[in-house]
Amino acid sequence: MHDRTIAELGAALERGECSSVELTRSTLKAIEQATELNAFITLTPETAMAEAAAADAARARGEAGPLTGVPIAHKDIFCTEGTRTSCASRMLDGFVPPYDAFVVSQLRAAGAVSVGKTNMDEFAMGSSNETSWYGPVRNPWDIGTVPGGSSGGSAAAVAARLVPGATGTDTGGSIRQPAALTGISGLKPTYGRVSRYGMIAFASSLDQAGPMATTAEDLAILLQAMAGFDRRDSTCVDRPVPDYRAALGDGGLRGLRVGLPREYFEADGVDSEVTRAVEAAVDALREAGAEIRGISLPNTSLAVPVYYVIAPAEASSNLSRFDGVRYGHRCDDPADLEDLYKRSRGEGFGEEVKRRIMVGTYALSAGYYDAYYLKAQQVRRMIRDDFARAFDEVDVIAGPTAPSTAFALGAKSDDPVQMYLSDIFTIAVNLAGLPALSVPAGFGGGRPVGLQLIGNHFDEARLLGAAHGYQQLTDWHTRRPSLEG
Amino acid sequence: MSIDADEVAQIAHLARLAVNAEDSQAHAQNLSEILAFVERLGAVDTSGVEPLAHPLEMTQRLRPDEVSEEDQRERFQAIAPLTEDGHYLVPRVIE
Repeated sequence: MHDRTIAELGAALERGECSSVELTRSTLKAIEQATELNAFITLTPETAMAEAAAADAARARGEAGPLTGVPIAHKDIFCTEGTRTSCASRMLDGFVPPYDAFVVSQLRAAGAVSVGKTNMDEFAMGSSNETSWYGPVRNPWDIGTVPGGSSGGSAAAVAARLVPGATGTDTGGSIRQPAALTGISGLKPTYGRVSRYGMIAFASSLDQAGPMATTAEDLAILLQAMAGFDRRDSTCVDRPVPDYRAALGDGGLRGLRVGLPREYFEADGVDSEVTRAVEAAVDALREAGAEIRGISLPNTSLAVPVYYVIAPAEASSNLSRFDGVRYGHRCDDPADLEDLYKRSRGEGFGEEVKRRIMVGTYALSAGYYDAYYLKAQQVRRMIRDDFARAFDEVDVIAGPTAPSTAFALGAKSDDPVQMYLSDIFTIAVNLAGLPALSVPAGFGGGRPVGLQLIGNHFDEARLLGAAHGYQQLTDWHTRRPSLEG
Repeated sequence: MSIDADEVAQIAHLARLAVNAEDSQAHAQNLSEILAFVERLGAVDTSGVEPLAHPLEMTQRLRPDEVSEEDQRERFQAIAPLTEDGHYLVPRVIE
């Protein structure tokens, strides 16, 4: 069963080929046999089996939907009532939330069975999953390499076919870049499409939750359940949710206007194998009737610097809530209140998180605010306007998701700026609030390459249709790594 | 902009972060590199460009000012490091 998509599993459950209880039991067993990946922080076998039994009962009553009884996993950034939610930080190692995130309750209501919480970069700050307090996740294609980050555990779990789908979050590429590096599909929806309620905040003007799975069709099924208005997130947009799966059709490529940004293909430091695979994918789109046009996004090279002002600034503010008083790590024997704050935070946060809090604190401090934060917000508008002009001419924008394939563990961990440049093609999308996805598009040196498709605001259905069309023409999304057991 | 170990200590104080003295030099170097990297923004002509705070430029939605939450103090305090009689405890601030 473990190489099946969500769509196929839903059909198999409906035909009675297996029960959710059987499927969930074998999923938990497969996860236990793949501990070398370190993809999970917490497993929840008891609640999973109870949810599976409830799903089977719902199906027997004729109340099953496409996700009923299908095992999934949640990134450990989503609060789960009664189950530890660590955000991969020592700070929250013992944190058991008193409530569920919107995304968690939506997927449960749709009948999905949650088997556990996946590993990630600490507070979603990282591009390699090496900043986790619980140790790095390994890429199932080559366990000496990283799976990307920050949703690296979700990506590795789906790539290894431990679960058919998982949730992720994307602040600067944290769904798309690991999807690319592990050979799966991942979608960052439009800012505001999915409620952030109960999703531990990193950079609030950029954070967005989204699905990770093997196919575009499965992304559509998951997004259908995750999207929707929620008044508890003040940035969640009250707008009807289209029927994403119905909109897939047989692939929306004929007549689709696809823009290729010159800057994404001429950028320095992009592996030639990545460029070659993405160019071959573009050829496939053209042969299927897409109209390919050259475009320009002139401020592309400024996106990473803008992000590394705005994201740390927002993070320094968001993470001020972790003070050792109401929940989370508290130091032993504080001498006074300031000592309590400083040592609880100093002990609870890892190095990358401290680094970003300090960058953000500096950028927001008196005398520097205009030069850093306001300037970055101005350039952010210029980047967004580049996309707005492009979408006057094209329907979607195509290019590489990441500049390289999976890199070795430790290769970039001593050089923060080099690590930040792993997200050079994904970050601008968050700054502009656009939806974008990554789909598998071949290999370089045996490691997966991702094709990124970027859409206009709230144009997820068209993006998913294009990705589905591409997956009707190619079989990269069906390739899976060989693992023992 | 180059940051030295003393400035790291000042920033860490503003952020209420204890930073080990032996790590200060590494932080100073990393922060200097990151700030050098983002300083290329200074060369961009942004005259007349409005700062963008929200990618869709939406304004904050308001809700009616009415009670919507029930009292769950005991549940929420159950996960606190130290409480007493419904209060969160911290080291004495006023002697």
